[in-house]
Amino acid sequence: MSIVSRMKKQTAPSTGGRPEADSSAPLLEVENLQVEFRTRDGVAKAVNGVTFTLEAGRTRAILGESGSGKSVTAQAIMGILDSPPGYVTGGSVRHRGVDMLKLNREQRRLMRGSTVAMIFQDALSALNPVFTVGFQLGEMFRIHRGMSRKDARKKAIELLDLVRIPGAAQRVDDYPHQFSGGMRQRVMIAMALALDPEILIADEPTTALDVTVQAQIMKLLAELQAERSMGLLLITHDMGVVADVADDISVMYAGRVVEQAPVSEIYESPAHPYTKSLLESIPRVDLRGQELSVIKGLPPTLTAMPPGCSFAPRCYMAREKCGQEAPPAFDVAADRISRCHYWDEVHPA
Amino acid sequence: MSKKTAKDTPSEENPPADAAVAADGTGDSPAGGAAATAPETGATEDATSGNGAASGDAGAPAVESESASESASASASVTETPRAEQPAAPVLDKAENVLEVRDLVKHFPITQGIVLRRKVGAVQAVDGISLDLRRGETLGIVGESGCGKSTLAKLLIGLERPTSGSIKVRGQDLTELRGGDLLAARRNIQMVFQDPYTSLNPRMTVGDLIGEPFEIHTDVVPRQGRRQRVQELLELVGLNPDHINRYPHQFSGGQRQRIGIARALALEPEVLLCDEPVSALDVSIQAQVINLLEKLQDELGLSYLFIAHDLSVVRHIADKLGVMYLGRMVEYGNAEEIYEAPTHPYTQALLSAVPVPDPKLRGMRDEIVLEGDVPSPANPPSGCRFRTRCWKAEDVCAEETPLLQVRENSRHASACHFAQERDVVHGAA
Repeated sequence: MSIVSRMKKQTAPSTGGRPEADSSAPLLEVENLQVEFRTRDGVAKAVNGVTFTLEAGRTRAILGESGSGKSVTAQAIMGILDSPPGYVTGGSVRHRGVDMLKLNREQRRLMRGSTVAMIFQDALSALNPVFTVGFQLGEMFRIHRGMSRKDARKKAIELLDLVRIPGAAQRVDDYPHQFSGGMRQRVMIAMALALDPEILIADEPTTALDVTVQAQIMKLLAELQAERSMGLLLITHDMGVVADVADDISVMYAGRVVEQAPVSEIYESPAHPYTKSLLESIPRVDLRGQELSVIKGLPPTLTAMPPGCSFAPRCYMAREKCGQEAPPAFDVAADRISRCHYWDEVHPA
Repeated sequence: MSKKTAKDTPSEENPPADAAVAADGTGDSPAGGAAATAPETGATEDATSGNGAASGDAGAPAVESESASESASASASVTETPRAEQPAAPVLDKAENVLEVRDLVKHFPITQGIVLRRKVGAVQAVDGISLDLRRGETLGIVGESGCGKSTLAKLLIGLERPTSGSIKVRGQDLTELRGGDLLAARRNIQMVFQDPYTSLNPRMTVGDLIGEPFEIHTDVVPRQGRRQRVQELLELVGLNPDHINRYPHQFSGGQRQRIGIARALALEPEVLLCDEPVSALDVSIQAQVINLLEKLQDELGLSYLFIAHDLSVVRHIADKLGVMYLGRMVEYGNAEEIYEAPTHPYTQALLSAVPVPDPKLRGMRDEIVLEGDVPSPANPPSGCRFRTRCWKAEDVCAEETPLLQVRENSRHASACHFAQERDVVHGAA
């Protein structure tokens, strides 16, 4: 446990000399975030100018297909980007006015877990198989709070109770493989909530789960979020889940946010052809559909992006301008943007 | 099949079956009962004849041997239209039923000991499933992980041998065939796998992958014609025939799934088993593959058994629906009817849990959140297997296994003592 003792020592000065937080500033403000991956095949711009804010108690969904940059955005905010090959090359991620990208490693480490926490998609691979669940939960308290083993174990039991795992006192000494998929995800949530974070990032928290378990987990998340008035950043590709829980939504495509809006508006009248096509291409459980409309083609390769609008090659209304000029973020309404030259045609006012 | 029939009860094999059917149909003496007894008796024939004997005198008046199987399905409460069209059905159905599954059971033994292996129990993965699939029809099978969907698929294509029960493809019982006959019969039922990344051998070209079935079934296409046939198949699924020499890694996920579909179609099967065919694909690609499957069904008159956990996709594609829980079918019938008015509590919970992509409906749905986890199939609850998580459960649920049948408050077959229609997918308001 040398790591633990070493970290304990460093934890002592709790702010670690980081700049003063301004409590009137937004909880989380991401501005023009740029992330690139330097690979053998070239430089891939995985995140290209993502901008959004997240307030306490609100839920923002980042919606996108695989490769759209949604998970990379989350990793950059959390500060766990694999580097190399990933590099944050620009922009800022401000928590209460403090740019987290400018903090040093140690200051960032202290923020992870206590200010920003993350729930991962695959709980089985995110939990360490050789330690008990109680040990892994307790580790949070021992490292960040300098608690004794005994106290940490008590805390771990409380946490398991909080996420409604039956018989928490017995199960605390179980290993991850002894839990079912839904229970494991609960453990993940418990771990993320351990240090009372202000921002919770959930990266596809229910993708690997069955629908009935998904419903349990989303309900639990929503309750805990309301209780603690956390800001929740929900990364997902499921438009159903988004409609159920999110307040605001950012739709990502090929590293850019192509549309950003309050959730109710985007489903009713999307202002970007990609969002519109996506909504038309998903089958719904409450409607018996006709033929599904199809988005032709494939998402572009990030190392070889088309000039102009990245969605243009697949767009049903692409014109000459789209292939030449990348669309800036147009203001559709006060809190809505769309990156489409012809957004006003998609979105009749 | 012929061999087998000859061996045991040569002439009587059919009549008893009919009788059993009729009996079931008339009263509540259960097709489900057959399912329940099957595991104990073990062998298919035993189960059948046992039933036949029992119900022999209950006597279906002069049911022809063919319609027998038909009404059997009805009684097994499996038929899709239990009402009205009973009289017209038999003739039509017989001709059209491509796949008939009766009381299919698969138990995996749990053994203990190394030298002296004793059987200490069984995982009841599939426990008495009956279903029918007609030409050009799609049967959706839904259920959560561990409910036996995939074991069912494996049984149907012959990757696993059933413990008991029968699988008839065009009247031929796969469970009774061996060797060459089995090989030939399997041609008619092919599979599309879930993950297009792992189900295609990365060292084989697309031509080899799609053409491999012809190496095994050498009489389907003459050697010289194979390459051309593969190209036709590529074209059929919307891929460029010139890409025949490419390797799987040169294709995207959606295109790979098309390759998987082309391979499944190589032997011109009538039944395609699709085990979660789109769940590994991105949303914008899913629609392409779903539309392709629908197009192929129209063009080739294929029947699909569509296994999925995504209820939205199943609703889109299925004509009939079977809902599985812990190895048993809990609700079976017309898909539209089940989606609009599910009668089994499990189906209701399952459907209500699917998020609807419409924020206006938030909080308006009749959402049922189930408590706890699915019990172990090695030690399932007595009686109704869903009772441990059911809000309607009463004593009778533990004592008596509810049969899958049409009930007073259920227009389609439902295995719940307290079946009651309830619309859960639309706004409750």
